[in-house]
Amino acid sequence: MSAATLIAGRRSRMRRRTLLTGGLALAVLAVFVVSLMVGNTFYGFDKVVRVLLGETVPGASFTVGDLRLPRASLALVSGLCFGIAGVTFQTMLRNPLASPDIIGISSGASAAAVIGIVVFSLSETAVSFVALAAALVTAALIYLLANRRGFAGMRLILIGIGVAAMLDSLVSYVLSRAASWDLQMAMQWLTGSVNGATWGGVAPVAIAAAVLIPVLLVNERYLDVLRLGDDSASALGVRVQSTRVLLIVSAVALLAFATAASGPIAFVAFMAGPIAARIVGPGASLALPSGLIGALLVLVADLVGQFAFDNRYPVGVITGVLGAPYLVYLLIRSNRSGGSI
Amino acid sequence: MTHSHHLSAEGITLAYRDRAVVEALDIDIAPGKITVIVGANGCGKSTLLRALARLIVPKEGEVLLDGTSLQRQHSKEIARTLGLLPQRPVAPEGIAVADLVGRGRHPHQRMLARWSPRDYDAVAEALAATGVSDLADRPVDELSGGQQQRVWIAMALAQETDILLLDEPTTFLDVAHQVEVLDLLTDLNRERGTTIVMVLHDLNLAARYADELVAIRDGRVHALGTPEEVITQTLVREVFGLDSMVIADPLTGKPLVVPSGRHHVQQLR
Repeated sequence: MSAATLIAGRRSRMRRRTLLTGGLALAVLAVFVVSLMVGNTFYGFDKVVRVLLGETVPGASFTVGDLRLPRASLALVSGLCFGIAGVTFQTMLRNPLASPDIIGISSGASAAAVIGIVVFSLSETAVSFVALAAALVTAALIYLLANRRGFAGMRLILIGIGVAAMLDSLVSYVLSRAASWDLQMAMQWLTGSVNGATWGGVAPVAIAAAVLIPVLLVNERYLDVLRLGDDSASALGVRVQSTRVLLIVSAVALLAFATAASGPIAFVAFMAGPIAARIVGPGASLALPSGLIGALLVLVADLVGQFAFDNRYPVGVITGVLGAPYLVYLLIRSNRSGGSI
Repeated sequence: MTHSHHLSAEGITLAYRDRAVVEALDIDIAPGKITVIVGANGCGKSTLLRALARLIVPKEGEVLLDGTSLQRQHSKEIARTLGLLPQRPVAPEGIAVADLVGRGRHPHQRMLARWSPRDYDAVAEALAATGVSDLADRPVDELSGGQQQRVWIAMALAQETDILLLDEPTTFLDVAHQVEVLDLLTDLNRERGTTIVMVLHDLNLAARYADELVAIRDGRVHALGTPEEVITQTLVREVFGLDSMVIADPLTGKPLVVPSGRHHVQQLR
């Protein structure tokens, strides 16, 4: 075997991955544009493009530019964040169950938000920051509990599921005492919705995404080495603890900002990584494809929730319906094979 | 290759929480040689190897690479000199052999750089040296245990370190593959001059392949020297609590331990 054949093999794997990732990006773009076109009134592709280019189109400018565009943008950015944050956790802990929405981090954000709304009647902005802080605190708590006597991924997942259950019951308790006018706002924090999105709501998560997604993409090389196990990673010169903390903090912050903007859209963080692994091949570099899958999931689920049924459903209900059976499937499968992502 | 790099430990005490596993141990790894660490289960031999690989920080004492404490050197820098094959490495699901072996290049690569020609050459050489070139594009998890172990050794080779530590590299392998892996490591030692330090369970394989044998008992170096010097009936009893007979291996002349046990032993004529 010469270096030349090696180069050829590796190039062809890389090219395949690049093509598939590009295809995903195109699909996201297509659904994004479609979601700007459809609604109570249909606007053609040309009108949508003209609005996007900043022209004033009577009727379309308001509906597309002020109503549909923030909503679709929020769906896109949140999905991207959920997908990348989820796959970072799943890859690092070598387990598809280790997604932040399964191991209690999203529950931490939801519980804080619901308590903020119901008990302290906080403003929308304040609720977002409280949720952000709570997600980080929950992640730190789970990490510290799991890190006693050496780090173990499975322990972290089990502790996380326990913490999630505790937080969810806390939410139920608070909701049972809530006034009816608080309920609707609180519900958004439980199922996730991009309904009524405004630029003011999209901006923080978009900024967080612009900062943190590059951090995670640049560090993906270290993540790839961490996947070989802590011992191998140390032997290859990776500072395991500090790298892991950096990756966790970035992923949690990404997730928390997205959750603060759209609520914890059920199961997107959990499903995106494994779907991406199936599409581009599980070998390496899943962050970007997973982000795109996440965006695609949220955009499509929001379209389905809005237009497929007589009633309108928030996006989280649709992804929940998709995700729950997948969780059961994964539990059965991982029980059999001890599977990893 | 010059044996320029030198690994040693001075007075190291290694502990998990408060339980000391290794106490005030000194060891000097002979450069360019194959050193094999043996001992009973739980004697601290794997712990010692992990400390030499900087996976455990000594409570007291220091592990020195070229006279400088590992704690005071940059981890990536160390990784260009000192490689480790842990007992149970994890292969990401579906990863191709060449990509896994390429991970060994990590300490030689910069943050965002693509693979350099040197990276490709090192990976190709490592695949050839371990006889897995034909498998380069196959997923690692489809290979047999023996093939997988060779792929992991290839990854350690691609790291191009002067010193290679291995924690029980023959576990989970049948006897033919055990011999094959140890032959491969001997080739590496003789052809590239790589210093090899490994923990082995099988005393007879240890006696055959070691230049230097270190017998650990209760966290201390009990005996150290050539296999002929170290492996005696008395030592096997002291270190392993086993009665045995030590004879010369008819193929190699190295010591061969024949355990007594309570059954099947015939009266000596």
